[in-house]
Amino acid sequence: MDAILFLLFAGIAVVCAINLVLQHHPISSALSLVGVMGSLAALYLLLGGEFIAAAQLIVYAGAIMVLFVFVIMLLNAGTEKKVKRRLWVRYGGLPLLFLLAGMGAYVTHFLAPASDGVNFGGFTHGNASDIGEKLFTQYLLPFEVTSVLILVAIVGAIVLARKEFD
Amino acid sequence: MPPLPLPASVPISWYLTLSAILFGLGVAGFLFRRNIITVFMSIELMLNAVNLSFVTFSYKLKQNDGHIFSFFVMVVAAAEAAVGLAIILTVFKNRQTLEIDEVSSFKN
Repeated sequence: MDAILFLLFAGIAVVCAINLVLQHHPISSALSLVGVMGSLAALYLLLGGEFIAAAQLIVYAGAIMVLFVFVIMLLNAGTEKKVKRRLWVRYGGLPLLFLLAGMGAYVTHFLAPASDGVNFGGFTHGNASDIGEKLFTQYLLPFEVTSVLILVAIVGAIVLARKEFD
Repeated sequence: MPPLPLPASVPISWYLTLSAILFGLGVAGFLFRRNIITVFMSIELMLNAVNLSFVTFSYKLKQNDGHIFSFFVMVVAAAEAAVGLAIILTVFKNRQTLEIDEVSSFKN
């Protein structure tokens, strides 16, 4: 059952990711990215990460993707122009890229220990209370620094996107 | 046709393989696409792939530190998306284009 669920969501994620790369209109890519993020949230649940699955759906698939779609709509982004690429880039790029992905997959497949597997429910410390406890004791300083980072990001975004007043 | 021999528990390596494939596809999008927004979305795809690795190793080591790291990655990605999209807005305001090949003032 676990393997079927894994293969289902992994298949959705890979198909959506390929679609993201192949589509020429940014809004199609954005929708594919939502598919990838949703299926990754399901995979996090299978790995016992309840909190991180919820955060993935709310922060990534919700907030960040809305921001992307908003900008795509705002800028009225259309399809890409076809560009002339060099010959070896056009015919050599894709096979080389599949080689990269395949090599990464091969290395991880054979370096990772095949003996122990993932069972649903085999890890129960991914819930909000355990994460929160660790976040506010052991990782308190990074947490506080992150708030400064977000403040800087807010100010930077406003400064970059404001209208110039003369 | 006999049923496929599916393991009772999913091997760790399957998750890591999926993460590697997603990362490779993110690199592909980053290199192939010409639209700034799509390039930016490919970066998010790569971040997601790394998050999957974090959570997988967290399961393997039976510690939830990996979850906290991937939570921080999400926070940084949110901040990065806000600033990056503001930069894209500014570029579009000044250049009226979203093609990365046409934004080349630093090229000598």
